[in-house]
Amino acid sequence: MLRPLEPIGQGARIALGISFFILFVLGWAFATFGGYVSPTFLADPLTMLADGWSLLVDHGFLFDIFVTIWRVLGGFVLAAIVAVPLGILMGAYKPIEAFFEPFVSFARYLPASAFIPLLILWAGIGEVQKLLVIFIGSVFQIILMVAVSVGSTRRDLVEAAYTLGARDTGIVRRVMIPANAPEIAEILRLVLGWAWTYVIVAELIGSSSGIGHMIIDSQALLATGQIIFGIIIIGLIGLISDFLFKAANRWLFPWRFA
Amino acid sequence: MTKLVIDNVSRTFPGVRGGAPVMALTPTNLTVAANDFITILGPSGCGKSTLLRIVAGLDRPSTGEVRLDGRRITGPGADRGMVFQSYTLFPWLTVAQNIAFGLREQGRPEAEIREIVASYIEKVGLRGFENHWPKQLSGGMQQRTAIARALANDPEILLLDEPFGALDNQTRSLMQELLLGIWERERKTVLFVTHDIEEAIFLASRVIVMSARPGRIKADLAVDLPHPRDYKMKTSPEFSALKARLTEEIRVEAVLAAAEH
Repeated sequence: MLRPLEPIGQGARIALGISFFILFVLGWAFATFGGYVSPTFLADPLTMLADGWSLLVDHGFLFDIFVTIWRVLGGFVLAAIVAVPLGILMGAYKPIEAFFEPFVSFARYLPASAFIPLLILWAGIGEVQKLLVIFIGSVFQIILMVAVSVGSTRRDLVEAAYTLGARDTGIVRRVMIPANAPEIAEILRLVLGWAWTYVIVAELIGSSSGIGHMIIDSQALLATGQIIFGIIIIGLIGLISDFLFKAANRWLFPWRFA
Repeated sequence: MTKLVIDNVSRTFPGVRGGAPVMALTPTNLTVAANDFITILGPSGCGKSTLLRIVAGLDRPSTGEVRLDGRRITGPGADRGMVFQSYTLFPWLTVAQNIAFGLREQGRPEAEIREIVASYIEKVGLRGFENHWPKQLSGGMQQRTAIARALANDPEILLLDEPFGALDNQTRSLMQELLLGIWERERKTVLFVTHDIEEAIFLASRVIVMSARPGRIKADLAVDLPHPRDYKMKTSPEFSALKARLTEEIRVEAVLAAAEH
């Protein structure tokens, strides 16, 4: 019945995807309601929902969600503004790549979270510090991945453009960039996912708002329902942003989906 | 009138990892008259694509030079249109936008571009497909678009590097007639690289046979078959005689090349 690479229908795909979510919650409910796990360590699904409701209604959690989204997007957009053009230049021009690539490769492995103490010294515990964590965590990744993508532009397309009279800047602007735009969008989608992990870490330390701050507060109160609710919210936002990215790609790059 | 002069052009590729350098093309001379349709016929590895790429300016000769209308070629340019064996339409542009690419690069006015594009869409029989993406086209349609794209620039010479090599036999035969029809009407100077003997004879006013390892010109044959030509010509006695002769020439080369492996 299971054959390699055999496609499945749209309906079956959705049904299967949802059923694992249901199984997961069922397993969770069984472990908590069945008394196999102490409520101190893991709240049951209903408590989680009740805690979530009270967070939203009584504790202004919507504002925290908004603040966190703002930080992720702010840091991420700043990183993309710097990294995408630099990555394109590195991919297109080998001397520029030779100049930056070794440093960027090194910097990529510096853990963004390890910079938090330093960034608090430099920038305090305000918004700038949060944005910088996201920025440092994203910028080097985007640079390298965009450079690799642009650098591997199909050579025959570049040669075809040359024989059609394109000059060097025309090659970059009207061949390399459009050829790799979908790949660049995909890179941004991927790195935005990673940015979400950095923001929570940034908010766990020295913060007075945001989803991460709520989570660390809840830990002090042993409110595991709230923690789980916060984690689920992050997951949902990730899912939504993923969906938006994919929808935007379909709209921006119809030639890929024709 | 002389259009293109290939003057003592050779190409040696440096050895890989300390290996001996490989001579892909021995010093070669060839003079192409204006409005000639020249096919370059040879087994793989005979340097015919290398020669074409040097004319296109995509590769540099190790010795010698190529002159187009007396001017030395130093790099690729819009005066030499090229059609590749691989499908090289820009996948993010529609058929019409692909054909317009070269004209846009030159900054020609939009109205003029639209007019030229429409006329070439007509010539290669792609009406109704203007707004299709390359992905939605068959291989033959993609190559027709590529030919239109190269011609839209009105190049001095059209270079084709086994453009129908990846197509099935029937489509290839139709494409040959289409290309020949365009040439009979517009009389562009054409250099066409192929390893298919029938194709080489059917299209050409002159066939250049190349030999392999190292690549050099071995024979230079005028094809005096009358125009317009159609597929029926491929079974005529004159055609068969030429084919027999070229088959002999090529066979010797193929045997030699095979013996070296």
